[in-house]
Amino acid sequence: MSILQDPPLIEVRNLSVHFATPEGDTQAVRDVSFAVHAGETVAIVGESGSGKSQSMMAAMGLLPGNARVTGEIAFKGRNLLTLPRRALRELRGAELAMIFQEPMTSLDPLYRIGDQLIEPIRRHSRLSAHDARARALEMLGLVRLPEPERMMRSYPHELSGGQRQRVMIAMALTNDPALLIADEPTTALDVTIQAEILALMADLQKRLGMGMVFISHDLNMVRHIADRVCVMRAGEVVEHGPVAQIFEAPQHPYTRALIDADPKGHKPPAPTNAPVLLHARDVTVTFGTAPHQVQAVRGLSLDLRAGETVGIVGESGSGKSTFARALLRLNQSEGEIRFDGVPISTLTRAQMRPYRAQMQVVFQDPFGALSPRMTAGQIVTEGLLVHRPDLTRAARDAMAAQALTEVQLNPEFRNRYIHEFSGGQRQRIAIARALILKPRLLVLDEPTSALDRMVQAQVVDLLRDLQARHQLTYLFISHDLAVVRAMADRVMVMKSGELVEEGPCAQVLHAPRAAYTKRLIAAAFDTQAMAPA
Amino acid sequence: MLRYSLRRLATALPTLLAVITLSFFMMRIAPGGPFDQERALDPVIRANMEAAYHLDLPLWHQYLIYLGNLLRGDLGPSFTMPEFTVAELFAAGLPVSVQLGGWALVLALLIGGGLGIAAALRQNGWIDVAVVAVATAGSTIPTFVVAPVFQLVFGLSLMWLPVGGWQDGAARNMVGPVVCLMLPQLAVVARLMRGSMIEALRAHHIRTARAMGLSGWSVVGRHALRSAMLPVVSYAGPAAAALLTGSVVVETIFSVPGVGRYFVDAALNRDYTVVMGAVVVVAVFTIVFNLIVDLLYAIIDPRVRYA
Repeated sequence: MSILQDPPLIEVRNLSVHFATPEGDTQAVRDVSFAVHAGETVAIVGESGSGKSQSMMAAMGLLPGNARVTGEIAFKGRNLLTLPRRALRELRGAELAMIFQEPMTSLDPLYRIGDQLIEPIRRHSRLSAHDARARALEMLGLVRLPEPERMMRSYPHELSGGQRQRVMIAMALTNDPALLIADEPTTALDVTIQAEILALMADLQKRLGMGMVFISHDLNMVRHIADRVCVMRAGEVVEHGPVAQIFEAPQHPYTRALIDADPKGHKPPAPTNAPVLLHARDVTVTFGTAPHQVQAVRGLSLDLRAGETVGIVGESGSGKSTFARALLRLNQSEGEIRFDGVPISTLTRAQMRPYRAQMQVVFQDPFGALSPRMTAGQIVTEGLLVHRPDLTRAARDAMAAQALTEVQLNPEFRNRYIHEFSGGQRQRIAIARALILKPRLLVLDEPTSALDRMVQAQVVDLLRDLQARHQLTYLFISHDLAVVRAMADRVMVMKSGELVEEGPCAQVLHAPRAAYTKRLIAAAFDTQAMAPA
Repeated sequence: MLRYSLRRLATALPTLLAVITLSFFMMRIAPGGPFDQERALDPVIRANMEAAYHLDLPLWHQYLIYLGNLLRGDLGPSFTMPEFTVAELFAAGLPVSVQLGGWALVLALLIGGGLGIAAALRQNGWIDVAVVAVATAGSTIPTFVVAPVFQLVFGLSLMWLPVGGWQDGAARNMVGPVVCLMLPQLAVVARLMRGSMIEALRAHHIRTARAMGLSGWSVVGRHALRSAMLPVVSYAGPAAAALLTGSVVVETIFSVPGVGRYFVDAALNRDYTVVMGAVVVVAVFTIVFNLIVDLLYAIIDPRVRYA
């Protein structure tokens, strides 16, 4: 590797970051050292809280005011940490560029795309307004956005998440930076879009010859774009080496765990003669009033047998959550829905209530779905107040303790408030809240999507275990095929409110028929497909 | 946007009519009338006066006459100041109130906005602490305390400014009323601006702007300020309507011939036409400034679309 002989483009030496908080000093980054050479991609991989973003935010001088940084970050021979603010501003956006995880909010909603692209061009060069505009157009073409002229006049809210991330990449690359820092640039995007953005970045990195730091929580994702990998955990680099070595001969147990973090195993098949618990025919959901009507779900049918798990797979906007909510009668729909043989689509609110306890739901966002003003115990037992008003306070408390034990949480935690729990623990509380009513059907709406990969695998194990123990029936909604593979008997693939493909899990995932399913699977499992053509 | 504005103004007319109708009848429900005084009037004179002002007609008839006159721009004569029409009273007083209120508004927005921004940029620094203190004082100390103290210090002790009076709008005479009108508004604007600016500076797109190496002025002035302005704009609309239509406290303490004192005097004296005139003026100002706020919103934030 000849590039290793040149002096590095950026060299991080003994970097530590402390935050002063009301609870005292916390250390986010400990004694981290690594280097990136020109033309090289280094991936920094770690789970949330590992300090992977903080170390690069320190390089950009973007840490909040309560941060204290020690060590050295040498960029082209100058220490970024001691550079005067003015000199750092000259580098940022010119030689050093960064793109972020949140494409939806990283652009200023109040200015046109064109203005936002031209501003940093004129800030760092002497181009005239006319030439800067031409450069902006050229960049939009480079990131392969359609109709660059129209894009220039658009506002961010008129673009999709993938398009906005392309704009961010265009903006970052506009002044030919020597180093691009990409902080989880694809995490908030759908899998097929993720693959496109990754391919675009890998391609641009090669063509423009810049160095790149690629921050990600997903070790498997960086396999095909990184030259070297730094694995971080709790603020420290636990392993550092060429990508082949990291994957073929990982030294640290944590690295091995990360590589292996995909949920494993399969669900034992449900008996095929089990009675149908949930039956749906031609369910259609329409939003809005004419002429602005949108059909979010178009004539979908489903037969869910007791003890079975059906996975519904689709990208954002495919109507998968809307369909599930219609089945639970949480939103209006047309068509026939029967639960345990009872036609529930025509029941009134009051008539519906006894069935509500039998059909429970767990939502995606464990941070937003639980009230911050209630203790874990209160959250878990709230449903009992409605469905089991006969229970005494002591009985409820005992049931809360039992439900928490069931989801492998310490029952003594029931008097704690939600902010004291991690994301994975919160999702366990949400599952306990659903289980306490002894439901027969559990709708799981992306229950693992907001969690770190290793926590995901644990939650998947827990859900499978609970299903076997309580003979539960699952409707499992996810955009994540690896999780679906480990959870579901059958899979429905949805796109734009319609069914694309349906069948046994193994068949759909290994021998997909529809082109769209093939694309989804390629993007999710075959990371080779992301490499540029 | 022009079509939207015209439609909004058109829908404002029913609002205006409702306000006028409600005020007209509510005022008549209140006991007493313009000619009730401590010493009873001679019944014949009273009957003559009531006939002259149509007060002898049924209420609905009086209402229709009032609306008819209003359509012709005639707000009627004042009952208690018979030498003036209501239109004349407002023509004389409103420019005074608008001048004072306008200056107070502009200064409150500029100074309050500036202080709020400075406080947000140095959160928990000494400027921030000072601004929060001033803002709290400004909104808690009532004007009827601030105004006499101002007169005492700058009028009587230092003798820099007149204690009161108008003198055809001499700048020296305007300082006191403007400052006293401004302070409470300035306090609110500074607090609002500080809060929304702190919020705006935390936005992800501000991080992007910093990461692109934009200057501090561009980050704060171009990107953060624009979204931080929105809450201040929505406050400023109704505040402007209230400021421009005068303040009884400030105008009375500084002996300024504005329209603020009409509201209270007329209501106490059952000077029906003047009260109605005041209602019309305030309603029109409020409607117009709310429309201005909506249009400013659309200009500042392109996501707001008026179809």
